[in-house]
Amino acid sequence: MPDLIFDVQNVSFAYEEGGPLAVRSLSLQVPKGAFYAVLGQNGSGKSTLAKLMNGLYLPTEGSVSVCGMDTKDEKHTWDIRCRAGMVFQNPDNQLVATIVREDVAFGLENIGVPTEEMPGRIEQALRDVGMTEYAERAPHLLSGGQKQRVAIAGVLAMRPEAILFDESTAMLDPQGRREVLSAVKRLNRELGLTVIWITHFMEEAVDCDKVFVMHSGEIALSGTPREVFAREEALRALRLDVPPMAHLAQTLREAGMPVQDVLTVEDMVREAKRLCR
Amino acid sequence: MFDNITLGQYYPAQSVVHALDPRMKICLLVLSIVAIFLAGNLLAFVPVMAFLALACKMSRVPVKLLIRGLKPLRFILVFTFLLNLFFLQGETPLLNLGFAVIKKEALILSVHYALRLVLLVLFSSLLTLTTAPVTLTDGLERLLSPLRVIHFPAHEMAMMMTIALRFIPTLLEEADKIMKAQTARGADFESGNLIKRAKAMVPLLVPLFVSAFRRAGDLAMAMEARCYHGGEGRTRLRVLKMAKNDYLALGAMGLLIACVVLLSRVY
Ligand SMILES: Nc1ncnc2c1ncn2[C@@H]1O[C@H](COP(=O)(O)OP(=O)(O)OP(=O)(O)O)[C@@H](O)[C@H]1O
Ligand SMILES: [Mg+2]
Repeated sequence: MPDLIFDVQNVSFAYEEGGPLAVRSLSLQVPKGAFYAVLGQNGSGKSTLAKLMNGLYLPTEGSVSVCGMDTKDEKHTWDIRCRAGMVFQNPDNQLVATIVREDVAFGLENIGVPTEEMPGRIEQALRDVGMTEYAERAPHLLSGGQKQRVAIAGVLAMRPEAILFDESTAMLDPQGRREVLSAVKRLNRELGLTVIWITHFMEEAVDCDKVFVMHSGEIALSGTPREVFAREEALRALRLDVPPMAHLAQTLREAGMPVQDVLTVEDMVREAKRLCR
Repeated sequence: MFDNITLGQYYPAQSVVHALDPRMKICLLVLSIVAIFLAGNLLAFVPVMAFLALACKMSRVPVKLLIRGLKPLRFILVFTFLLNLFFLQGETPLLNLGFAVIKKEALILSVHYALRLVLLVLFSSLLTLTTAPVTLTDGLERLLSPLRVIHFPAHEMAMMMTIALRFIPTLLEEADKIMKAQTARGADFESGNLIKRAKAMVPLLVPLFVSAFRRAGDLAMAMEARCYHGGEGRTRLRVLKMAKNDYLALGAMGLLIACVVLLSRVY
């Protein structure tokens, strides 16, 4: 078996004892270096799943292990949260300090990294997200995308294996969204960082390794983006849209044009060229 | 509307006073208060004022800015001064105003009390003018941390202050936004008497509080995800170190207190 970062086994979770299950017998394995996207309509259990994956919540049933450590084992709690960092949705509500540098240091301070070691790790983390020149700024003066990149730097400084992104682009403008997503993709490519990318935006999921679509606490669809987005009917039944280009391809196919395998604008251009020949 | 609220009154500059250790500056403030209360006569205030003037000069803070710290207190100052002037006991009549007689002793004491208050405010202003809020919080945490043995939550208090400092601009921004939204729907925050205006604040405060609580929940979750678990075993990015200047300043303060005591005795 390849190095598993996350191993979710038959997990169920209810917010109240005996209450409705927010996640139900769900299993998910995430190998090292993967870029997985999780989609699903509001209330389908995406955030709950993410919080189960770094021990913020403990499963009611089943087990979650991170790098081989069970989240239920209390002595691993902090180790697990170092390995699996998390970036949340609202950029304003996750920065703690009044200066960017100090916010990046927050996690390091919490896990007791020696003072001499901190500046190096902070510089490195800020460089990795391209925020070096903002080190001395106050967070509230940054744009949304910049704040999210600072939040990522704060997690990166702790040298995690994986980062869970819970709709981290939902509150950003298109510019900020591109900024953050491309930074994350680069981290995944260059540092081999494992990424769980929860999102509402279909087009953000088109070039990841695997897509999981959640519906009332379960994984309703999964596979490569091509496999998943080809199933327009199933997605519509789950109240999700397919990416615009996939939809266009579907319409063209219905009109009798044999376009295949289209998710992005580039794919469409390629198919168009092929058909024109 | 909220543009003119600046946080604290920190005046950024490169100076020896700015560079002092915040712990030392807090101690110096406490000692200067001691000096002010030890001053037994007006003459004894002279070295205190000289010390303040010197400190202000070395800090490069414009005197005007320092004096501005007194502005909110101007009414209380004048009021207590007049009250003391008319009602304190004395022997030697100085001036007969017809409805009251001002006594020499009363005048001296009133000036004394007023000076005390003025100096107290000026010394604390100098501290906040020359120390960034975060640094001040840091200093306070470290000064109070020995009190942990009696379960005083020094770290928690400092963390609370840091979070407050971080979120005040965010909440102000939000208040501004809500206010504009309510104004657009016909709410009126500017006119009417005090009660009417206070009532108009309700539709502003309710959403603000609701959102503040949501933020608090989010923040707690984010802090936990970043391994925050209290002050136990925590290291710090910035370590405070006392330097030569800190001890020099302490020595100067010692001398000041000696001078004040001496002048109060002799005269
Ligand atoms: N703190 C909570 N207490 C009780 N129930 C909750 C809580 N948080 C979420 N739930 C419920 O759990 C279910 C899953 O919620 P979750 O937040 O995981 O969904 P989500 O997929 O992240 O939705 P969204 O897209 O809106 O973020 C929902 O039915 C929700 O009502
Ligand atoms: Mg969610």
